[in-house]
Amino acid sequence: MGSSSSRMDHIPNAEQLMQETGFSAAHILRLYARFEFLDKDERGELRPEDFGALRGLAMNPIGDRIIGAFFSRGKETVDFPSFVRVLANFRPTETNTIRDGGQSFSRTRKLKFAFKLYDQDRDGKISREELLQVLRSMLEQQVTEEQLQSIAERAIQEADLDQDDAISFEEFKKSLERVNIDEKMSSHFLR
Amino acid sequence: MAALWTLSPLLSACLFWPTCLALTPGAEPLQPQNLPLSLGFNSSDGSPSLDLPMALRVFSVDYHHVQAPFEIVLWIMLASLAKLGFHWSGRVPAVVPESCLLIMVGLLVGGVIYGVRHSAPPTLSAEAFFLFLLPPIVLDAGYFLPGRLFFENLGTILWYAVLGTLWNVLGIGLSLYGVCLLAHSSLGDVSLLHCLLFGSLIAAVDPVAVLSVFQEMHVNEQLHILVFGESLLNDAVTVVLYKLFESFLRLPSVSGVDVFLGGCRVLVVGLGGLFVGLFFGLLAALTSRFTSRAQVIAPLFVFLYSYLSYLTSEMLHLSGIMAIVTCAVTMKQYVEANVSERSNTSIQYFLKMWSSVSETLIFIFLGVSTIQDVHMWSWPFVCSTLLLCLVWRASGVLLLTAVVNKLRRNTVTFRDQFIIAYGGMRGAICFSLVFLIDDFPKKRLFITTTIVVILFTVFVQGMTIKPLVELLDVKRKKRGLHTVSEEIHSRLIDHLLAGIEDVVGYWGQHYWKDKFEQFNKKYLRRFLIRDDHQAHSSILRVYQELERREQRGDEEAPPVVDPRSNSRPLLPEEMESIRRILSRNLQHFNNMQRPAYSRHTLHQDATMDRVRKPLHRHQSLGERYTYKAQGEDGEFKSSRRGRAGLSRSHTVCSMSPRPVLQDASVPAASAPARGQVDPNSEASIEEQISPQQQEAPLERSARKQLSFVLESEKQP
Repeated sequence: MGSSSSRMDHIPNAEQLMQETGFSAAHILRLYARFEFLDKDERGELRPEDFGALRGLAMNPIGDRIIGAFFSRGKETVDFPSFVRVLANFRPTETNTIRDGGQSFSRTRKLKFAFKLYDQDRDGKISREELLQVLRSMLEQQVTEEQLQSIAERAIQEADLDQDDAISFEEFKKSLERVNIDEKMSSHFLR
Repeated sequence: MAALWTLSPLLSACLFWPTCLALTPGAEPLQPQNLPLSLGFNSSDGSPSLDLPMALRVFSVDYHHVQAPFEIVLWIMLASLAKLGFHWSGRVPAVVPESCLLIMVGLLVGGVIYGVRHSAPPTLSAEAFFLFLLPPIVLDAGYFLPGRLFFENLGTILWYAVLGTLWNVLGIGLSLYGVCLLAHSSLGDVSLLHCLLFGSLIAAVDPVAVLSVFQEMHVNEQLHILVFGESLLNDAVTVVLYKLFESFLRLPSVSGVDVFLGGCRVLVVGLGGLFVGLFFGLLAALTSRFTSRAQVIAPLFVFLYSYLSYLTSEMLHLSGIMAIVTCAVTMKQYVEANVSERSNTSIQYFLKMWSSVSETLIFIFLGVSTIQDVHMWSWPFVCSTLLLCLVWRASGVLLLTAVVNKLRRNTVTFRDQFIIAYGGMRGAICFSLVFLIDDFPKKRLFITTTIVVILFTVFVQGMTIKPLVELLDVKRKKRGLHTVSEEIHSRLIDHLLAGIEDVVGYWGQHYWKDKFEQFNKKYLRRFLIRDDHQAHSSILRVYQELERREQRGDEEAPPVVDPRSNSRPLLPEEMESIRRILSRNLQHFNNMQRPAYSRHTLHQDATMDRVRKPLHRHQSLGERYTYKAQGEDGEFKSSRRGRAGLSRSHTVCSMSPRPVLQDASVPAASAPARGQVDPNSEASIEEQISPQQQEAPLERSARKQLSFVLESEKQP
């Protein structure tokens, strides 16, 4: 496969990325290869259409939201460091070498990522409408509108502690305290 | 109570037939006798009837003519009825695993036969076992092997299989020899080699027994694949060691070179089996490519090639189990892509059926064969064997895991280790191997001991493993009830993970796996999969997905929810339906949550079973596609434009139920992708969407239109 050190030179800020995200050199290389693979017209950055070419992602109910999560606010393209940083959220926490305050911190990071998928307008709360949108895309035609409404209603009832008819990040975190987020939200590909 | 009433006639039927068998004179394998038809031989009362010379008989019974197949069928019938009875017998399945019950039935039958005939009942011949009964089970296991999980854990599995078996064999063999030396008076003539030979056959974990017990326990998939994979792969080691020690027994003396050669043989046997399996698997895949014009016999090739690989490797004294498993794993993806839906279903169902029958027969025969004329019993030998099996297995697992945990990401916890050690059951393979030993004075002792060990592991370990699992709280698949929020968010996260893994790419973690995937896509798939199935396979999948959605849409009768009262707490039925909706909706394109191997059902049937709405419009669709709900290749191309180009050559009305399935191959002129999908369902989908669907470049609008169509179709 060629000597890794020469390949690493192609990658800008590889060392810094490794430090920041905790990925090993081999992973960075692999991710870079994947980045190049996705970047069909070799611009050095990815656009939404490049993501859309992935079949599985295209059929994913929340595929467009996932794609949107790669793009930071206002930007139209994703460069390699951002790509890696987003994926770093999904590293299994036991091998996390980021200097952080232990597991709870990375759990919060993962939850924040998930929260952002709901909260498209970035106001810090999941409104009923946003929840309904996500439910609609996940459940598609299987439920009637009334069922959707009652599901959303129930979810908000359970989570909304301050009765403002929306779910804040803290409430979101609390509603998921029984779920092992670290395990669920890590991909062993990114070990 | 009703179950008991149905059980008793079944049981009495079961007992009646062995009595018949018992009364037939000489149940040895057939001696076809050519009796002139005028001699009617009525066997059920044991006395020859009067033969009227030269007269024409109006009614006669000629049992010998059909004896062999008749008896075989009776045995199989007995086994199957016992299995049926087992499942109908109320609370029993919860406590006693099926294998135990079957052995007990076998004991009963054997006892009856012995009682009536006062001689040993037919035993399980090693040949019949190895050539006919074992292959279907292993093939079934290999075909449904969860591929990704298996290969991810392959290192650990090999570690347990090879080193663990070696450890067990040597440990048990040497310790038994020590026991024999200690009890010199009674066991003095058992030599070291004999002990090692015995150790080699008793140490091996048996896949049949393991499967049948783990089947009923739901442990996490990693654990399941570890034990199961180990039981499959240790065959290579077992076979080699067994044959090695056997040949050593025949040699005048054993030198170091022989031992070294023996070690080489392990490699040869294992890898040889692998290559034979690979060869036949690829051949089968290639053959299946051309079966489009004769779809009905496509399943046959799967079975023929697998069996051929098994027989070939047995002929070459390689590991047959490895060959057949490799063959199944290799050919699976290509065959599934090449053959029609119904052929796929046939293959899967036949595999399940045959392996079920085999397994049942094996256990029944184990029971029957226990009733023997001559048993040789020796307290020290038997008890020490039992003890040593447990001890050596436990220590082996502990040691090996300690080493392997350093290299794995998912550590094998102590509880998992306990289950691995305790779940190491012995079964019919040991039994058959012990019969094949050359005769020597203490052979009977070995046979008795083997039977005792098998019965012990199956009964005691089989019955107690479930309570022990519960006691130890092994990490099982989560069954608890989640709140709705948890459900929703968990689903979101699952979808998210699936998406992220799509972005990162399949099997991204290992260089070799990446390489294999590339190689696979570039060469193998192009060579082995039908042309028209490759390019348009995505469209196919789109159709499959649409059908699935339609079928699910039909199944789901909306519960009555009062739209006005938004804030009342949900009724349990509603919660249940919501949960069902949420759980069923999860589409895992990457197969992340594929359930572990299931013996009794095609796994999707098990989950879909509960939802059997009596009235559904597309009955034929629903039944046929329940199993495909978790299609392995459920990927989709984002462009659905291709659909518009397909012709609408069907005029089948989509609203009426279709009792008759059109088997004629679809006019494939402009619809090359039709080959796999059943014409009926396709027609219905097409009918609905083609009027509405123009060139729809954007998914969103495509999906919305589709939802509109299906919605409108739902309202009567």
